[in-house]
Amino acid sequence: MTLVLVEIDAGGVIEVSRETLTFARSLGDLVDAVVVGDLGDAARDQLASYGVRTVHHATGEAFDAYAGAAWAAAVQAGLRASGATHLLAAGTPRGMEVLAHVAAREDVPMAANVLSAEGSDPIVVTRQVVGGAALEEMRLAQSPTVLTVAGHAVEPRPADAPGAADVVDLAVDVSEADLVARVVSTEEPEPDLSGGLRSARVVVGAGRGAGSADGFGELLELTELLDASLGVSRVVTSLGWRPHHEQVGQTGSRISPDLYIPCGISGAIQHWAGCSSAKNILAINTDPDAPMVTKATYAVIGDLHEVVPAINAEIRRRRAG
Amino acid sequence: MTNVLVCVKRVPDSTSEVVLTDDGQAVDGRYAGFTTSAHEECAVELAAQVTGADGGEATVLTLGDDDAVEQLRSSLAVGCHAATHVVAEAHRFGPADVAREIAAVVREHEAAGRSHDLILLGNDAADSGDFQVGIRLAYELGRPVVNGVNQVSVADGVVTAQGAGPEGHETYRVPLPAVVTVLEGGVEPRYPSVQGRMKAKKVAIEQRTPATEPAGPDRVRLLLPPPAPSDVQILGKGADAAPAVVDVLEKLGVLSR
Ligand SMILES: Cc1cc2nc3c(=O)[nH]c(=O)nc-3n(C[C@H](O)[C@H](O)[C@H](O)COP(=O)(O)OP(=O)(O)OC[C@H]3O[C@@H](n4cnc5c(N)ncnc54)[C@H](O)[C@@H]3O)c2cc1C
Ligand SMILES: Nc1ncnc2c1ncn2[C@@H]1O[C@H](COP(=O)(O)O)[C@@H](O)[C@H]1O
Repeated sequence: MTLVLVEIDAGGVIEVSRETLTFARSLGDLVDAVVVGDLGDAARDQLASYGVRTVHHATGEAFDAYAGAAWAAAVQAGLRASGATHLLAAGTPRGMEVLAHVAAREDVPMAANVLSAEGSDPIVVTRQVVGGAALEEMRLAQSPTVLTVAGHAVEPRPADAPGAADVVDLAVDVSEADLVARVVSTEEPEPDLSGGLRSARVVVGAGRGAGSADGFGELLELTELLDASLGVSRVVTSLGWRPHHEQVGQTGSRISPDLYIPCGISGAIQHWAGCSSAKNILAINTDPDAPMVTKATYAVIGDLHEVVPAINAEIRRRRAG
Repeated sequence: MTNVLVCVKRVPDSTSEVVLTDDGQAVDGRYAGFTTSAHEECAVELAAQVTGADGGEATVLTLGDDDAVEQLRSSLAVGCHAATHVVAEAHRFGPADVAREIAAVVREHEAAGRSHDLILLGNDAADSGDFQVGIRLAYELGRPVVNGVNQVSVADGVVTAQGAGPEGHETYRVPLPAVVTVLEGGVEPRYPSVQGRMKAKKVAIEQRTPATEPAGPDRVRLLLPPPAPSDVQILGKGADAAPAVVDVLEKLGVLSR
């Protein structure tokens, strides 16, 4: 039996959790899910279509506000209730955190950002290390095997035969200590405008090469000229240059435009995970050896602050002409 | 006064090409050089801010080979006051081993009258990327842990930590002693001043050997992903490439408007 910690948002089961359920089925065992907090009919139906046998559902006051340790207690209860020997979650911040808690509490190893798994007894997983620039083969010899699945490593695919997805309430023993570190307030989220990015026909990308929060003028102009959406790397969101909903990649949106124009983006594996389904890529980068350049369809070698204004001017010239 | 322990790891600089050691057990940093990951630089900055605000002491700790003293010195140059070096080959330690070693230092310091009320770590190490040392350490010490935040402050024995969550900007308030793991982005690490560098050179670094034999990571080996075949068409260099770019835009039919 494989147990998957599934995350749910307003739209139901989040995409990376659906990917993880798909990955879980490939391990060959039956798949159960554990859900903490609100479930909802839509999410339950999705879990059924992804082949889930039983949904172990933890609700109650202890879960009103997020606490990593309390969630871990719920997952442990799910392990006992399902008799699972494998425990998986998507490689999201929550997934990583909760599974690390579980691994510490169960005193077993955890493998983060797994791409594939082979064998049994022991399972050997391949996972991303060094920011995806290298891979590690790791042995998981203890039970339960605990791993998180790297975002967008597999396509989310419903099961050939749906599961029953019977919802069973979990009795969870949450201790006071498990609630000490819990969220005490959550501020209004940024409006999630990533829908437009995910379905955009053309996406202009911007990375560290933009240089600063003020370095986006000509990129936004190109975005406008092409009626495109702006997508950025994590460096850009981490530095606070642009909002998170514009992030493309493993921990951002996955895009599949006809044309992606990444400017000043190196093409780290986690970024690539979000843009690899673009039909054409036109990279603009000062470094001819940047992975984004070598993987692109077309490339211009140069400073984006020179190249992009020239492109904008050329587009305007042809439109006027 | 808050006494802070901040844990940093010497990691190979992976911005250029990654090379593996012959035995496939570690990244060979001899060519690219070594660095401290961005998350940990921000943790060091937060340690300097917290102790700067209330007169506490910031201790930086690393488990690494002799050369890892470089990471300790650079942290001392930007606001840490003391340093502890567990001299060992980091790649022979799994995340549970590292957590156990840090806990051993904390307990021993505490027994000697030096408490570490707040322990800061990175959310994940830039090389091994295990995403778990901080959480395992918290369980070793029986302390609460907040994960993946980028702002940290302390008042009245309570740490307030903030960061981005799936539903918005989240705040935690946790009584000390506590463990907090840090993501980059909330603070700008300061540059070392000349004065800071001079001071850092004079600090006596506490050297230790590991408290226990490591169980080791469950690593079979590291490997490099196969290079993707490239059939990129270079349209040109610099601004001169613009007409060729717009030709492509026209060809792909994304210019029509
Ligand atoms: C668990 C995990 C999840 C992650 N998730 C994501 C994710 O979802 N999305 C994501 O993007 N990253 C993600 N990352 C981070 C990822 O590993 C990289 O650090 C990041 O994508 C790099 O961003 P960048 O390309 O903008 O910056 P860099 O890697 O610093 O690259 C900058 C590039 O710009 C070029 N450049 C510099 N100046 C100019 C100029 N003036 N003109 C033109 N080119 C220039 C440089 O040659 C270089 O290629 C994740 C990492 C981890 C560990
Ligand atoms: N060898 C080490 N020495 C000091 N701190 C470490 C070491 N390894 C990991 N850490 C800390 O633990 C954090 C998480 O590491 P990891 O769980 O390995 O991804 C890092 O960001 C560091 O702050």
